[in-house]
Order: sequence, then structure tokens, then C-alpha cells
Amino acid sequence: MAGENIPKDLINAIGTESSPLENDIEKGAIRRFAEAIEDSNLIYIDESYAKKSNYRNVVAPPTFLRSINTNPLPENIKSPYSAVVDGGSVWEYFEPVCAGDVITTKTKLQDVFDRDGRLGNMIFIVKVTSYTNQKSKLVAT
Amino acid sequence: MNQNLFLEDISTGMAIPTIKKDPTTQQLVKYAGASGDFYQIHYDMDYAKNNGLPGVILHGALKNAFLAQLLTDWIGPLGKLTKLEVQYRGMDLPGVPVYAKGNVNEISANGTISCEIWLEKEDGEKTTVGKAVISLPSKN
Repeated sequence: MAGENIPKDLINAIGTESSPLENDIEKGAIRRFAEAIEDSNLIYIDESYAKKSNYRNVVAPPTFLRSINTNPLPENIKSPYSAVVDGGSVWEYFEPVCAGDVITTKTKLQDVFDRDGRLGNMIFIVKVTSYTNQKSKLVAT
Repeated sequence: MNQNLFLEDISTGMAIPTIKKDPTTQQLVKYAGASGDFYQIHYDMDYAKNNGLPGVILHGALKNAFLAQLLTDWIGPLGKLTKLEVQYRGMDLPGVPVYAKGNVNEISANGTISCEIWLEKEDGEKTTVGKAVISLPSKN
């Protein structure tokens, strides 16, 4: 039966949200991230090049936002299974994120469902994080 | 890299120029530090093996970053990446090169372009699959 493997407290936590958290987007953090993913695109590391490309400052690579902090969800959500894997992600981008920005994160537990797969029952935990800049513009989810 | 791409340059079905990535254990440590993801399966061999893995494995989010680079290298600084969706299907190990590839699927009337993207190993196994939406400036 669908859902019978999911603990009740996990179901009850659907819809809960973390409190907002402000993150300063630092030039050095962007550079270290670009170095770690081995992407030498100058818009991430060279301020004058980024400005020539019409950005305010060096730009954060698309997946950089994954590295900034969020507050925990109010309920301590935990899968009953020990094996936890990252299934994937969906990014939507609305505005560029540049060094000097202040990005506020907020995470919501969007959905919990289970499915029987090749390796047995799996519980899917879907979280959505919104990223909003200092001008109150939603920059990405 | 970093050449500007225009709407007039692309057509349905065309291939996005492939990029090759050579992940190493050192890169996994750098990525753990830069991203703050310190799950031990990405840098502690004993921990990874005790959890049934063949060894340390790449962070899903690092593979996501490779696919983002496939797109940003291609579209150049004037293009916009508006959506990036990935699903992790298989494990990737350091020391094994991966190729980020893609195709243009659809060009809509309003100028948004849908692409399919994936990471492939030398034997052709697709370990990560996804979709992306981009928009490009017009020459006119």
C-alpha cells in the first residue's frame, strides 16, 4: 500500500517551512566554488570581465546556491531508512546572483511519498528552497 | 568558451558542444569544502565501502555543476539559463572521466529553448539525465 511505510510525523511535517536565513555572497566563496567544480569561466573570477558582460560583480555559478546555508525545518525530518541518496534537483533561475548580494533562503517540505523500486521501498522527500536577494526579488528556487 | 551564442545560431536537434570532466578524489575534497557537503561517502573510502559502495562517489550536486557548465560554456555571457533539472541514475567514481552532452529539443516562438542534457561515461552509460531551458539574444 502506498504510504504505509512513511512515518506519520514525516507526513505531518509536509508544508512546514524553515525560518529565513540571510547569506552574504562573498567573492572568495564564489571563486573557491568555481575552482572546485573546475569551471574557469571568467565571469566567476574576474570582476572587470564580469562588469564588461553587464553584471554588477562576479557572478555565482548556477549551482552555487546549493552551497549557501538554510535554517533547518522546524520538525526534525528523518527517513526511517539508513541509505539516503540525492535523487536529483530542479533549479529555476530568475535573476543573476553576484558577489555582494545578500540572499535570504527559506526551505519548505513540499512533499513526501514512497515508491517500490528495484532495491525495495523508497521514500522520496521533496524540499523546495527559495532564494531572495536584498531587493526582495526572488532570484531562484 | 565564452563566445556569444545567438538565437540565429541554433536549430532543433543540434548537439551542444560536449565537455569532458576528469573528476579526482582531490576535486571531491575541494567540492566538499566549497559546498559544505561533508557526507563521508564522498571522501572517506572506508565509510563508503562500509555503506555498500564500490568506493567514494561524486556528489550529485557536482554532477549538476558539470551539466550547468555544459550550458554556460555554450550560451556565453549573454545567454540565460532559466531552468536546470537533473536526475541521478547511476554512480560516478573519481578517476573515471565523464562527458557532459546535450541536444536542442525545441525552440519556442517566444525564443525559449528546451534542451536535453546528460552525463555519459566512456562506455556510454548515462549516469545523470536532465533537461534545461535557456534563452538567447537575437542578432537583430
